[in-house]
Amino acid sequence: MLPQRVARLRRLALIGLAGALAVAMSACASERGSGNSATDTFVFGAAGAPKNFDPIFNDDGESFRPARQMFDTLVTYKAGTTQLEGALATAWTPSADGKSWTFALRQGVKFHDGTPFDAAAVCFNFDRWYNMKGAAAQSQMIYYGDVFEGFAKNEGDATGEPVYKSCEAKDDHTAVVNLNTAKGAFPDAFGLTSLSISSPDALKKYNADAVTQSGDSFAYPAYATDHPTGTGPYKFESFDKTNNTITLVRNDDYWGEKAKTAKLIFKIIPDENARKQELAAGTIDGYDFPNPADYSSLQNSGDKVLIRPAFNILYLGINQKNNPKLTDVRVRQAIEYAINRDQLAKNKLPTGAYAQDQFLPNNVPGYTQSVQKFGYDPAKAKQLLADAGATGLTLNFYVPTEVTRPYMPNPVDIGAAVADDLKAAGFTVNVVQEPWNGGYKDDVQKAGKQDIHLLGWTGDYADAGNFIGTFFGRQKAEFGFNNPQIFSAISNADAQVNPADKAKAYEQAGVLISQYVPAVPLTSSPPAIVVKSNVNGLTPSPLTDERFYTVSKG
Amino acid sequence: MTKLLTRKAERIDELAESGGTSLAKDAMRRMLHSPVAIIGAVITILFVVLAIISPFIAPKDPYVRYDELRANLTPSHIPGPMPGFLLGSDQNGMDFFSRLLVGSQQTLLVGVGATIIGASVGMVIGGVAGAFGGATDTVLMRLTDILLALPSLLLAISIAALFAHGTQWTVIIAVSVVSVPIFARLLRGSMLAQRSSDHVLAATALGVKRRTIVFRHMLPNSLGPVIVQATLTLATAILEAAALSFLGLGDSDPDRAEWGLMLAKAQGLLDVKPELAFYPAIAIIIVALGFTLLGESLREALDPKNRR
Amino acid sequence: MLRFTLRRLLQAIPTLLVLSILVFAWLRLLPGGPAGALLGDKATPDNVASMNRIMGLDQPIFVQYFKFLGRVVTGDFGNSLASGDTVISEIGRRFPATIELAVCALVLAIAFGIPIGYLAARYRGTLLDNAAVLTTLVGVAVPVFFLGVLLKYVFAQKLGILPPSGRQDVTIDATHVTGFFVLDGLLTGELDASWDAIKHLILPSIALASIPFAVIVRITRASVLDVQQEDFVRTAESKGLTTPVIRRRHVLRNALLPVSTTIGLQTGLLLAGAVLTEKVFNWQGLGSLLAEGIERRDFPRLQGLLLLAAAVYVLVNLLVDISYAIIDPRVRVR
Repeated sequence: MLPQRVARLRRLALIGLAGALAVAMSACASERGSGNSATDTFVFGAAGAPKNFDPIFNDDGESFRPARQMFDTLVTYKAGTTQLEGALATAWTPSADGKSWTFALRQGVKFHDGTPFDAAAVCFNFDRWYNMKGAAAQSQMIYYGDVFEGFAKNEGDATGEPVYKSCEAKDDHTAVVNLNTAKGAFPDAFGLTSLSISSPDALKKYNADAVTQSGDSFAYPAYATDHPTGTGPYKFESFDKTNNTITLVRNDDYWGEKAKTAKLIFKIIPDENARKQELAAGTIDGYDFPNPADYSSLQNSGDKVLIRPAFNILYLGINQKNNPKLTDVRVRQAIEYAINRDQLAKNKLPTGAYAQDQFLPNNVPGYTQSVQKFGYDPAKAKQLLADAGATGLTLNFYVPTEVTRPYMPNPVDIGAAVADDLKAAGFTVNVVQEPWNGGYKDDVQKAGKQDIHLLGWTGDYADAGNFIGTFFGRQKAEFGFNNPQIFSAISNADAQVNPADKAKAYEQAGVLISQYVPAVPLTSSPPAIVVKSNVNGLTPSPLTDERFYTVSKG
Repeated sequence: MTKLLTRKAERIDELAESGGTSLAKDAMRRMLHSPVAIIGAVITILFVVLAIISPFIAPKDPYVRYDELRANLTPSHIPGPMPGFLLGSDQNGMDFFSRLLVGSQQTLLVGVGATIIGASVGMVIGGVAGAFGGATDTVLMRLTDILLALPSLLLAISIAALFAHGTQWTVIIAVSVVSVPIFARLLRGSMLAQRSSDHVLAATALGVKRRTIVFRHMLPNSLGPVIVQATLTLATAILEAAALSFLGLGDSDPDRAEWGLMLAKAQGLLDVKPELAFYPAIAIIIVALGFTLLGESLREALDPKNRR
Repeated sequence: MLRFTLRRLLQAIPTLLVLSILVFAWLRLLPGGPAGALLGDKATPDNVASMNRIMGLDQPIFVQYFKFLGRVVTGDFGNSLASGDTVISEIGRRFPATIELAVCALVLAIAFGIPIGYLAARYRGTLLDNAAVLTTLVGVAVPVFFLGVLLKYVFAQKLGILPPSGRQDVTIDATHVTGFFVLDGLLTGELDASWDAIKHLILPSIALASIPFAVIVRITRASVLDVQQEDFVRTAESKGLTTPVIRRRHVLRNALLPVSTTIGLQTGLLLAGAVLTEKVFNWQGLGSLLAEGIERRDFPRLQGLLLLAAAVYVLVNLLVDISYAIIDPRVRVR
């Protein structure tokens, strides 16, 4: 037929084959010397990509993890605890009325771009946040909005009166932050990763405030994408989007103990199983939030499963707005009676998880045994439901998918178990699932489309206000109730500067909340972080605030 | 149109030209002599029977969380076989054995549902194109050909994405859309092939109405190829439904006992209780194999080339 | 030949148009409407209004379609909701990974599929033949993602001989030029990087190759059997040509014609198969981009990928036709 063409093809194929063989053989022969980098690089498997690298514009763990390695805050939390210790500030003192905080700053600290860290830099950062312009930028400053309540000019979601007033640099190493109102959240809140101190030079140079929004997608300035500049133990090198890896390198001028590994790489692996298998294969040295199902197999293969103290809460939210029957406290109590929380904690959550009767983990001041308790009692739930004339009440139950959180490793299964309990007590349950990142949070927290829903919270610092204040401190679309008594009890507690008074006031608020049943607390559970057996020096933090500069590989 | 299309379409066209009820007996005889056909038929019959009777023979309610199972259930320990629970618990404290049994019904439901919808819609389109011919035919077939050549999973994904919340019907509809063009082309081809056949020509010459010819003569004769294709479609429908579940586009009821869903949900439990993934997977493979064997041997039996 | 190519190119245009209409219709059916779907839940009324303007939603439907077409032709698929980057840049970044994987899978499928199919036909009815036929049937009946999970479980987790996921070990610190990691290693002389990339390729390629392999075996077998019945083979036999010559010159060459079309068809299907395989193996290609897009309900990204898949399909179609015309000149006149 076409002999010459075929012959040519055959020749080509032969050449190709020979080439491939040669390549394979030479590849085997020449292993590049990489023995050194093996112990000098710590590779950590991340579950998702950070939104950006400017801490102030972030509010999720995946974004905070790299930020915590590159930035410092004024105060920080002692490794493995929720107690405060000095970071960029060596001492911090409030004024008598709690409206002014004086920070004595650490000397000789330099930002990654070589500029000095001083009081002017601190004030520059505080003023930058307070004066942030544009709805897009403000809407991304979730934590700032929560703590400081308002901006110089509110353009986004924050509508409150600003707590922040001014910042003055008394001298190079003394900064004073003045507030309009005292807040119990301070000084702990100064340690929030979001409030990390950036280099003023870099902020200006890379136009750090220029955030733009188009629908769900935000475009961040060069500072946040390519040039984050802090004082931390690691410096930013690159974010390789093709391979989904973030590379940080050691900051040799770090003010504290220098990082033990020269390189820190975050490899983004969205799939939980893939993270586990990469750890087994040794292509990563650790990853966060292993599935509780894997604890024993990980331990059996010699990996270190480091369990953090439980510092979170999973709750079943109740939205009273859409369903008039839910405004009847008996119906809400029936929901609480119906759920077998001990069973849930045991079946679906890791060892160490416990059933909850209030919205605070037991290691936060304000936790109290005097809350009203509603143990598992389906008969009583049925009775209450009948009394309220609501037997067979239909509840639209929103459950998130495509997500694992420290407080709920498997929301879909947890939701199914809860729905089962509710059905057994005489409710009709209509489960609505939505992807966590595909509208769930907005639907339940902003639009309030649900009757009941699953959600939770990991504490940022040891302050009851960070938990119950966040949930029930004001009227929210998520819960759809207006109970001035609870709101004022919480704001009263938040204004207490003395820790003992604060704890007492929060205990009182906790009792009020337990009687009102605005939602059902389910469980608190200890999330884990896992590393290979040769990894040392990682201290698990209840706040999930792990610093990797102390980590070494043997 | 182009080569690619013809290649995928060729098989359909070949099938379309086969068939005819008069030959059914002949085909049947050949089927009975083929071991492959018998294996396929046995698997298929067993599966269908199981699917029908499973709710009655399942020892436990597949949708109840049993306290006996939950007593020792933790995320990293799923109880194995114990008295009354042949295969122990699944990850939610339900009876795994009963769920496997009842899973056959749900799986068949998805497969049959998708196939019936796909076949019905496809046959209407193909029938209209075949009966009217002309411009209608050209337009419909052009569209069909393009859909036919698109990767089926991609088509199913884009349909499933249209639904805000996944249900069993999301899966059935998404998977059925994939088979619509196949059945459309099949029926049209079969009708065209018959147009010039003796019995249709005879009927036309006798002055029988076009409607009568289509419904009395052409459609019944197209039944053979359609059944063959439906058998093959059942296999792919079950596999595609499983793939959609894996991608998170499937049925959102986490408790539903359906093999694809059970398999997708047990991916992370290989270290804890591998059976939870393996058994549904094996079940799917066997059933898909059964339908494929049966369908392929039916096709061969109907193929005029194989007639002697 | 040139005229043939041109004619085929022109013929591809209506197909592309039909596909673009389908995607356009799809976009309008999405939950939240076209503007809402492309903007996501956080869209402010201003955003929606401006998107409506861009899309021309207040204008007649055909105007909207032409605006849509205009954006598509210029590669403007909007911004991904998940990453905030433009969809086209995301696609650009991930494209090489998928091509690398698809080529590798296709090579595997061909390299094993054709010889096995040929041998099965040649020894028809033997154990070998039956085994081959059974393998192809089972191969198609195994869910691809389960095969991937299984391969990973056995070879990476239990035996530990191959990496479980990803494209390259991050500690290798390879230089990337083209985005094709195996090639990059060769170009920069970092052969260990290439070798590592090859090791990462093996498992996902096998998983992805399973279906094309089964199909190729089947078609090759059927087509060799067909050709053996043909007159020219019988003629050759009667001429007294030796069996190996007949096999090589007549049977194999003619049998490969239909196989080549099948390979073309499978190339188009690989992109779809890659969705599952890439998700299982955390392969940073278009398939995992699509899978992540589904989880996030990232409709701009899905739209872009669907259009890309459509375009790839038309392109592959075209290439197959042209190559077919090269192999078999009779096609050109038709």
